[in-house]
Amino acid sequence: MAPEAVPRELAARRSVGDRVFLGSVSFSGAVVLAIMGAVGIFLTLEAWEALSQAGLGFITTSEWEVDRGRFGMSAVLLGTVLIAGVAVAVALPVSLGTALFIVEVAPPRVRGWLVTLVDLMAAVPSVVYGLWGLFLLQGQVIGLSRWLNRWFGWFPLFDVSGADPTDPLSSASVYTASAFIAGLVVAMMVMPIQCVVMREVFSQVPTGEREGAFALGATRWGAIQVVTLPFGRGGIIGGTMLGLGRALGETIAVVLIISPRFDLHLHVLESGSNSVSALIALRYSEASDFALSALFAAGLALFIVTLIVNFVASWFVARSRSGASSEA
Amino acid sequence: MRDDPGLLEADAPTQRLDARRAAMSETTIPSRSTTRPADVPRPVGGLSLEQVLMAVGSGVSSVSLAALLFGQIAPLSGKLGFVVVAFVLYLVIYATLASFIGDRPAVIDRVMTALMSAAAVVAGFALATVIIFTFWRGREALLKLNFFTEDMSLAGPLDPLDVGGIFHAIVGTLIIMALSLVMTVPLALACAVYLNETDSRGAGLVRTVVTAMTALPSILAGLFIFATWILILGYQRSGLAAAIATSIMMLPIIIRSADVVLRLVPGSLREAAAALGAPQWRVVWHVVLPTARSGLTTSVILGVARGIGETAPVLLTAGFTSALNLDPRSNPMVSLPLAAFQFVRSPQPALVARGFATAATLMVLVLVLFYAARVLGGRPAGYQSKRQARRAAESSVELLERIEATHGGAS
Repeated sequence: MAPEAVPRELAARRSVGDRVFLGSVSFSGAVVLAIMGAVGIFLTLEAWEALSQAGLGFITTSEWEVDRGRFGMSAVLLGTVLIAGVAVAVALPVSLGTALFIVEVAPPRVRGWLVTLVDLMAAVPSVVYGLWGLFLLQGQVIGLSRWLNRWFGWFPLFDVSGADPTDPLSSASVYTASAFIAGLVVAMMVMPIQCVVMREVFSQVPTGEREGAFALGATRWGAIQVVTLPFGRGGIIGGTMLGLGRALGETIAVVLIISPRFDLHLHVLESGSNSVSALIALRYSEASDFALSALFAAGLALFIVTLIVNFVASWFVARSRSGASSEA
Repeated sequence: MRDDPGLLEADAPTQRLDARRAAMSETTIPSRSTTRPADVPRPVGGLSLEQVLMAVGSGVSSVSLAALLFGQIAPLSGKLGFVVVAFVLYLVIYATLASFIGDRPAVIDRVMTALMSAAAVVAGFALATVIIFTFWRGREALLKLNFFTEDMSLAGPLDPLDVGGIFHAIVGTLIIMALSLVMTVPLALACAVYLNETDSRGAGLVRTVVTAMTALPSILAGLFIFATWILILGYQRSGLAAAIATSIMMLPIIIRSADVVLRLVPGSLREAAAALGAPQWRVVWHVVLPTARSGLTTSVILGVARGIGETAPVLLTAGFTSALNLDPRSNPMVSLPLAAFQFVRSPQPALVARGFATAATLMVLVLVLFYAARVLGGRPAGYQSKRQARRAAESSVELLERIEATHGGAS
């Protein structure tokens, strides 16, 4: 009679080389964890001093006069959100249209070029976009700002205090250095990020489903409507939010364009705005220890907002049918 | 044997059908209309003459109509307004034309296609203006050789473009990037291998933290180094501090993309190597990393391209200087984006021109890196260049000889 079958022990003793290898890669993992953890913990500890003193006022106060003890980030955070909001509102239609054009409309020869072009846009340094916005775009956009203010000034977002849009000779300076112009420049940086994610997702649409739509007599737009857009919904939302995360943290282009202001206002067309990263870039050098702590608190708030936006984005992308494209 | 009740019930519809058949006197064939037009296959690809004529015709008429509106009829002005009005007119005319030959879905299809193309044109136009404008405004400085070979230490703000240049910023950028590469690449690659080769809870934690840190605004990396390295530890602002700040920003980006690339290595390759008896470190060193080499190179280069153009962390940590400084450990150092940023904040036209030329130089540098990434990254995993293939073949021959020598040759 055969001996009873006993499953073979599968775990093998690792060789010395393997143990060294695993030890060293685990060590590097631990180092990365330590560095990243140190940044996060240091940020929180530094911010704590200012946060504990300012208390709830840190959220509601709009001034930033740390030495007099009156500081809070309501105006700065609102400015950040307005700039990022303008950026995403402008970038979303362009990036969605471009992604659809690349995947659905462009002939194969042109497609490769367009993909390179969008990647290039993502690689252009932000200071270059900042220069472009300051010296070229600003002059062109003032007319648009004035027009928006004239016809849609009743809407609080487009209101400009102290401007008379009906007077064609009035000074244009009330429209310069506004959140709107900064948002347009940031849109240039956000657009390629969104477009890359969307294109990636759209190109994974199952060919069978698209061909099925065409076989049933759908036009190109019909196929996009019933196949591509529903399939890519997660990618559209996720890509948009990834772009939003980038827009919230942009520094140099915003510093170049806006003139800093510390009052709470919703007027995107009006001269003067602020953002968290611009605040840090402008104030870090003159800061005392406590003022630095206040800047860290502002930075921590920005980091947390960006973090939430990014995690929601990857959740949307991963949840969609095209989950493989969650890496962006 | 018992009668199956289901069978009995199944008979009922059959009987009903028989009754209906009986009611009909004869079978009918659906009549085919003799006047039905012959099937013509719809052309699905390419542009027809009709489409081209429609697009060109509506283009011409919309531009002329807009010109008429702006010049003669309505009190409108502005380049931007002209373009927008012309485009809206174009859509209307195009849709009207399309409605003469197609039904509603066809018209919507045409209009949406025009909108999608317009989005792509807007994106391409914006990028073109960015590039052309930067080079155009910096052209006077870019054409002077001294711009690339001198630093700004002898040039005052009012000096013409014949004096001074950005040699110090070019060198500063190269030193800062080299230092950050030395710090990030080994750590990032080892960490990416750790994430892929072990599936412990630790790897999950590291991956989550790294993903979270990609959200860190770059200015915070600078502020962190400013507060620790410069204020608490008391070091000077220097190239080294800027390199550390840039590394903190680049590390999560490179780890994340390297992680994705390593995950694409086919599991069958790994298993084949393990089945041949290779220990894990040999599998990684001889199979996984070489297979993913081009992808890993791309992720590093893209990380560098991102880090090189980043101004914010360098602004806080490197200080600013107008003289050449080769020592990253002490004294301020300046990088290209920071130099561009400082130049254009001056009202002097010569300095602004230098700022644009600096930005153009930076852009060329990034484009070169980017092109390198495309060339290397365009290859699929496991691609061998001719030289690599020849070397692999040579080592196989050598191996065969060794085996034959030890085991008495092939019989």
